[in-house]
Amino acid sequence: MSTQNTTLPPSYLVDTGSRKGLLAWLTSTDHKRIGLLYLGSMLTFFFVAVGLGLVMRLVQISPFEHLITAETYNALFTVHGVIMVFLFVVPGLPAVFGNFFLPILIGAKDVAFPRLNLASWYFYMAGATVVIIALFTGHGAPDTGWTFYVPFSLHTGTNVSLAVFGAFLLGFSSMLTGINFITTIHRLRAPGMRWFRMPLFCWALYSTAWVQILATPILAITLVLVILERVFGIGIFDPTKGGDPLLYEHLFWIYSHPAVYIMILPAMGAITEILPTFARRPVFGYKAIAYSSMAIAGVGSLVWAHHMFTSGLSQVAVMIFSLLTMIVAVPSAIKVFNWVSTLYKGSIDFQPPLLFALTFIFLFCIGGLTGVMLGALAVNVHVHDTYFVVGHFHYVMFGGTGMAFFAALLYWFPKMFGKMYSKKAIYASWFPIFIGFNMLYFTMLVLGVMGMPRRYFHHLPRFDTGHDIATVGSWILVLGLLMFFGTLVHALFKGEKAEDNPWGGVTLEWTIPSPPPQENFEEIPTITTEAYHFPQEEIG
Amino acid sequence: MSESALTSSAHDDGSVAHPGYGTFVKVWLALVILTGLLVLMSHFGQGSAVWGLLLITPVKAWLVFYFFMHLKYEGPLLKVVVLVTLGTMLIFFALLFSDVAFR
Repeated sequence: MSTQNTTLPPSYLVDTGSRKGLLAWLTSTDHKRIGLLYLGSMLTFFFVAVGLGLVMRLVQISPFEHLITAETYNALFTVHGVIMVFLFVVPGLPAVFGNFFLPILIGAKDVAFPRLNLASWYFYMAGATVVIIALFTGHGAPDTGWTFYVPFSLHTGTNVSLAVFGAFLLGFSSMLTGINFITTIHRLRAPGMRWFRMPLFCWALYSTAWVQILATPILAITLVLVILERVFGIGIFDPTKGGDPLLYEHLFWIYSHPAVYIMILPAMGAITEILPTFARRPVFGYKAIAYSSMAIAGVGSLVWAHHMFTSGLSQVAVMIFSLLTMIVAVPSAIKVFNWVSTLYKGSIDFQPPLLFALTFIFLFCIGGLTGVMLGALAVNVHVHDTYFVVGHFHYVMFGGTGMAFFAALLYWFPKMFGKMYSKKAIYASWFPIFIGFNMLYFTMLVLGVMGMPRRYFHHLPRFDTGHDIATVGSWILVLGLLMFFGTLVHALFKGEKAEDNPWGGVTLEWTIPSPPPQENFEEIPTITTEAYHFPQEEIG
Repeated sequence: MSESALTSSAHDDGSVAHPGYGTFVKVWLALVILTGLLVLMSHFGQGSAVWGLLLITPVKAWLVFYFFMHLKYEGPLLKVVVLVTLGTMLIFFALLFSDVAFR
């Protein structure tokens, strides 16, 4: 695809500046190091939230129902949601793989604003710190759920203001990353890297970045209004003072539904990188996938009120938002059809990243289709605020973004660290992950249809069996996760040296050494071919 | 040097163009008059005040953007970015009103 380098500076993992060790990492403006800073911190928060989820499942089975109080349960599902949403899936793939690979994929030495990039990580850590402080100070952890719905969030004595301020800071991190990525893609593409020669992961990051910039300020302003309302009683949301609580729901979901696409679009982009590599053929419908990313970003920003169908929304608004929700399924389906078509008649090389990419497609389809069901008013009013919504959400966020994150990690791990993991151990971890996942979340879909409300500390006896299955599923899932990450940690220290191009990929990251050198390329490459240009004899 | 000449020559050598003081004063006067109009409309009841806000405030914002914030002297890309942002906001408003107006 490009010209190749001959002599290169040392790996980005080597400290060559005046600062060494941890200080060198904490002050580095190298996009690859910042990507790893995000990876380390995000996975730490991920496992904390997994632990909280595990406790929440435990108390739903009879031997452990008195393990915690109902108030603690309320705090647990709030903190689980806040950490998973704001500290793991929203920064998710852009912060880790976007930071690490975007400049490499477009043939640049770094992002457009390296210092701003480091600042965004510090904003992220500051926000995370404030959220964690909120758990242990004042009158206890917030008990509102991650949505901070008014009027309850205005009156509860728990530490809502501080947690909301933490989310406010995290929003800044997201916006700064978005600004950086858009500028990088506009200004730093290598010679010959035209828009339609960019790898599709870059298109996904580009569309995501626009949503980050346009939607996140609305959340930031809304959260400030919540704080002002709590501290000064300004009365914009509080109905007892003439405020409108539905306005809060509108403003919250104007950000938080597009945030779902902030979470899923980069995941789709990563999957689009993985499939052609292991099918040994160009991606099917390049432009359709690129345009569908932009369409998802655009239409996905206009469907927020389907979260509010039972809140007293006007019937006109319900019809409009129901229709828009159906429309957003179209570009998502275009991607799925193109992924399957890419595999069709391909020369399939069934490696671990492909296994997890296929798992993503399967689980995302279940999440997407249950989402279409929820977009229809007639179904929505029956299953609103039940476990069906929880199951749907986890199929999209964990089955979708989570599995894509794992697939991307497996795909790029050899490049990022220069080490190869045990493929057999990863295959072995897939079984408990897949089985545990479906036992946990498919059971939730069934429980929801049966009428089990979400966020309830106790449940009726007729839901016992479902809760038992889901809880056992959560144990199996966590076992799989421990096997998965245990394998990767083992590979970090004891893994064999990875080749520069272990998968036979054709995008730019596979033309440089593993791990990549500082500043990626000795000379900026000149791009002469399309993104997925496999040698003719390899095309299946 | 005329204002237009200043603008073109300034862009050629990479420096930043500025409108003359006369333009600033005229825009300021326009803003004062529009603010007065807004205050006047608010005396005719809440409906009149809301319509005044919806119609006059965007004009005031446009004047500030265009002259005080130099949008007039920027390239087409930045103008498109501002228009995309404003368009997005208008769509959000329209969808919000599909709820509020028919509740």
